[in-house]
Amino acid sequence: MIPSTVPALFALEDLRASRGGRVVLDGFSADIPHGSTAVVGPSGAGKSTLLRLLNRLADPDAGAIRYRGRDLREYDVLALRRTVTLVPQLPSLLDGTVAENVAYGPRLAGGEANVERALALAGLADGFARRRVGELSVGEKQRVMLARALALAPEVLLLDEPTSALDAAARSGIERTLLHLREELDVSYVLVTHDEAQAERLCSGIVRVP
Amino acid sequence: MTSIHVTLGDVAASVALVAVALAISLWERTHLEGDVLVAAVRAFVQLTAIGYVIKFIFDQDELVFVIALIAVMVLFGALTARRRARRVPHAFWPLLIALAIAAVTTLGLVVALGIFPATPRYLVPVGGMVIGNAMTAAAVALNRLGDDVADSAGRIEATLALGATAAEAVRPVARRSLRSGVIPLIDSTKTTGLIFFPGTMVGMLLAGAAPVDAVRLQLVLLYTLLGSVFTAALVAVLLARRNFFTPAHQLRESAIASSG
Repeated sequence: MIPSTVPALFALEDLRASRGGRVVLDGFSADIPHGSTAVVGPSGAGKSTLLRLLNRLADPDAGAIRYRGRDLREYDVLALRRTVTLVPQLPSLLDGTVAENVAYGPRLAGGEANVERALALAGLADGFARRRVGELSVGEKQRVMLARALALAPEVLLLDEPTSALDAAARSGIERTLLHLREELDVSYVLVTHDEAQAERLCSGIVRVP
Repeated sequence: MTSIHVTLGDVAASVALVAVALAISLWERTHLEGDVLVAAVRAFVQLTAIGYVIKFIFDQDELVFVIALIAVMVLFGALTARRRARRVPHAFWPLLIALAIAAVTTLGLVVALGIFPATPRYLVPVGGMVIGNAMTAAAVALNRLGDDVADSAGRIEATLALGATAAEAVRPVARRSLRSGVIPLIDSTKTTGLIFFPGTMVGMLLAGAAPVDAVRLQLVLLYTLLGSVFTAALVAVLLARRNFFTPAHQLRESAIASSG
């Protein structure tokens, strides 16, 4: 077999990062390959912090992060966040309709959104586009958050415990959607979870944060 | 216009009303007696002092003294407003620039439009009013901005994560802050003459001016204040919102952390 020369999706080198004045990652190194990767570890270990570093919502105190072989800081930060898109742990939508939320990201970049396609990928029926955000359940909001990210046609989705606020039925719904995305789309995702079984179900690789 | 003469005896007599305030405070145990006394004494000392300063400036009749007085008022206005905007990082400079721009543009416009001549007798009182109201509006706006950025940090970061610039992510919050800074003056302008008589009008009527003149001057000042208050609140919010973010469009953790 010919050894692969394709660089890892993300290469993390000797990272130190803090959150709330506390060092949560110190001397952390790992490679995150293309495809689906889970980041697991105890709470407070820096899983969410790590995710925030990957699209530069925060920067590490020390160390380097490479995306496709290039230092993260060499990318235009706004373009990077549209390419490597974070879906936060708690749904946080703008006031207005679902369609306005889904179209928001592409509109910022000066483009048009395919709202129906994004909703369908996130497992939401067409009728959702006109619904107002205030009428949605938490599970539905979480799907709209996913649709909003997918509307940007990202290369990588960063998912921060996307099912932690959901009941069992909504959780398995989101899981099915993620598995479907993995099979149907050429999109990698990095999933933060404290649930090892979920990591096994949804991801082909696991990165452990001590 | 006839002039009114108020003796120190008249001022002393009005202290009776302060005594009423103190009596009510004691009776109802509001524990505000100390504050009432301090407020009454400070008002006496500060107004007496500024009275002499204004008399000196009027006597000199030199614009350079007017400019110096307005600069000092802008400086103290920014220092005072900063205390109300504790949750905004480095709020002093946005406030100082906002008050300076509001004062200069407003006074410049009223002189350029020929409403008032560029003499100390007009510029000093109008400048004082403009800066006082601009300070309150900017302080209220930044107070709200600091609270709202901390409360909406999750939503702001969720928006940044979609590739929004810092300005885009904070826009809904900044808009609410601007509104809260200017709404009190809009409300009081709406109800003026119905529910309360504004100070200038009262002062002119007491001083013996014709009611029509008093009303017209009051209108000029109210319209002037609307312009200056919007200017100050807008400039303060636009400059201060940047302080919450790094150049890489990241919400500063210190900006949220310092807000508790």
